[in-house]
Amino acid sequence: MDFDYSEEQRLLDETVRRLVRDEYAFADRKKYLVEPHGYSAALWAKYAELGLLGLPFAEEHGGFGGGGIETMIVMEAFGRGLALEPYLATVVLGGGLVALAGSDAQKSDILPEVAAGTLLLALAHSERRARYNLAHVETAAKASGAGFVLDGHKTMVLHGGAAHKYIVSARTASATTDRNGISLFIVDREAKGVAVHDYQTVDGQRAADVTLTGVSVGGDALLGPRDGALPIISRVTDRAVAALCAEAVGIMETLNAMTLDYIKTRKQFGVAIGSFQVLQHRMVDMVIALEQAKSMEILAAMSVDSADANERARAISAAKVQSGLSGRLVGQQAIQLHGGIGMTDEYAAGHYFKRLSSIEYTFGDTDYHLDRFPAF
Amino acid sequence: MELSYTAAEQEFRQEVREFFKDKLPADLARKVQESKINTRDDMMRWHRILFEKGWIAPAWPKQYGGAEWSIIQRHIYDEEAAEAGAPMVAPFGLIMCGPVVMKYGTQKQKDFFLPRILSGEIVFCQGYSEPGSGSDLASLKTRAVLEGDQYRINGQKTWTSMARWADWIFCLVRTDVTAAKRQEGISFLLIDMKSPGIRVRPIVTMDGGAEVNETFFDDVMVPAENRIGEENKGWTYAKYLLGNERTSIGQVGGSKRELKKLKDVARAEHMDENRRFRDKVALLEIDLMGLELSNLRMIASLRGGKDPGAEASILKIKGSEIQQRITELAFEALGPLALPFQREALEEGWNGEIVGPDYAPPVAPKYFNMRKTSIYGGSNEIQKNILAKAMLGL
Repeated sequence: MDFDYSEEQRLLDETVRRLVRDEYAFADRKKYLVEPHGYSAALWAKYAELGLLGLPFAEEHGGFGGGGIETMIVMEAFGRGLALEPYLATVVLGGGLVALAGSDAQKSDILPEVAAGTLLLALAHSERRARYNLAHVETAAKASGAGFVLDGHKTMVLHGGAAHKYIVSARTASATTDRNGISLFIVDREAKGVAVHDYQTVDGQRAADVTLTGVSVGGDALLGPRDGALPIISRVTDRAVAALCAEAVGIMETLNAMTLDYIKTRKQFGVAIGSFQVLQHRMVDMVIALEQAKSMEILAAMSVDSADANERARAISAAKVQSGLSGRLVGQQAIQLHGGIGMTDEYAAGHYFKRLSSIEYTFGDTDYHLDRFPAF
Repeated sequence: MELSYTAAEQEFRQEVREFFKDKLPADLARKVQESKINTRDDMMRWHRILFEKGWIAPAWPKQYGGAEWSIIQRHIYDEEAAEAGAPMVAPFGLIMCGPVVMKYGTQKQKDFFLPRILSGEIVFCQGYSEPGSGSDLASLKTRAVLEGDQYRINGQKTWTSMARWADWIFCLVRTDVTAAKRQEGISFLLIDMKSPGIRVRPIVTMDGGAEVNETFFDDVMVPAENRIGEENKGWTYAKYLLGNERTSIGQVGGSKRELKKLKDVARAEHMDENRRFRDKVALLEIDLMGLELSNLRMIASLRGGKDPGAEASILKIKGSEIQQRITELAFEALGPLALPFQREALEEGWNGEIVGPDYAPPVAPKYFNMRKTSIYGGSNEIQKNILAKAMLGL
């Protein structure tokens, strides 16, 4: 039993912490927000240079063979800075799917480019009526010659506006919510019939709706087994959940530090408001909430690649539940303890709070994961 | 980062498990599993078995007859003991007073008390709280006046767990009423419970039990040589005592066992099919998973030589909340079936007819009883004060 980082992990942690500290001051982030895709292109290149974009991939594909803990380290740091880059979309989700399910040719085509920072991916899976049910896929893929024709509408495609390629889930068999009959396809953003509506989300990040109208793809666009993509989608979604739990911990740490600092310095009635017991105890509640979230973040990261699918799902869903509960408490109370200033757009706390809120509703909210957790 | 145990640690777990299988008397384990009331005899029977095995004092150094286990071994032992349903062993001598004697006691005190605490010949109880001194312990008034080579003790202690079972009591008493700081006028005394002038009165609590007592001291004479360390330095020793044995402060093992029991009861009552109830159990279990990981992280950092300090208070707060919540949900699962008050059904040898299911009698009393966990050992509000001050610098 050991909760210390390995030497490599410690170095990674130091690197990303320093990077975020140096490059992600709140004022810097404002500049990145108004870049064409809502994030810093220069930093993306820097991540590639540092090896972050290939972190989870095999060495032969330009990666470092990292696992759940490495992703946790990176995402925690990104949480501290509220990083805007499409790491989750491109590396964890898109790259993760290709690495898990891709043919040798697909892997060699795509992963080295992802690792180099030159290819952006996005998972086009969510649909308007799916809510959090991963098996809900209405988008259809009809066999046509050696290939397929795709029709459907995808929503909240993370960083869909910046992506060069989409990994699209579509139904090759069965009815809308059947667990079988879902397949994945690699679709070029420039393909005929692909329409992208890019927008900002409430937390300042970017997403898109992607409409596919009679989009023709070749047989080689199929990623993974035909009709049998759901377990792969589920697996990579679990990784994304673990990553989001880590990002949330980074955010909560920052919010707690900001709030503690604020109540120590803000004076009312002639004293620092942190001298009031009611605020001290609230602050302690926030610390305890973070501690629980942190423990579950670690459990999730350690379990994310577990061969036992039940054990994995149990740990991941438990972590997401805890993240949701802790996130709400820390986020709301951080704003409350800051008072009026916490409400303003020019102060950072609100932006952290908004990201925490978005995370809560991404890849399954607290109720969804509570439902998925095997209580009996 | 690694959650699993080393081969040696796994072997140790196996050894502990086999020992419990062979040596833990089935009737004692059943009483724990069925939440029946333990007697002094039960406790001492198990104490002697552990003593003979050399496992009665896991944390004590070998030179004093302890097992001198590593922190991980102690944690493994705690886990296995909880799962096997091993009865509690009185902590007051073994975990609290013993280490203080070791660190601050005279050779004579060590020679006398340590072997007897180990063998069970001396069972200690704790004399800290007073009617006017709960969370504000340093305000304690029990007076000790030195007369020659003896202290004359007058005053009252309260919430004394096991006072009726104990042979000795370790007490915080006021030896200097003029000290500038209240903490500086307190001494740490060991007092024979058979001393003339000591009177113990049980306090019946709302669950119908009487684990705690009032202990009165009327002109009790105590040899000065029973003082630990220096006069008026008792607060220092008391603080040292509180810092011991943090591995089990969150009571994770016991809560895992009780959660399992809760689920069994809930299934028997078909409450696993009730969605609202099911969600509450799931939330509780997730909370306990988090606590278990936090506890392991603390153990790992203790092993690495770091003192988690105030952070142990987080485990106390969370652990007590979870202990309470388990009993709360068990009560909920049974609902009206838990309402018949059948205190006697919890006692050994009672052969009457139980109203309702066999598992009903302990449920409500346990719920009432467990309200204590967020009050004792420094109430959860005091724990939050400690965290605010020591960890957050507020």
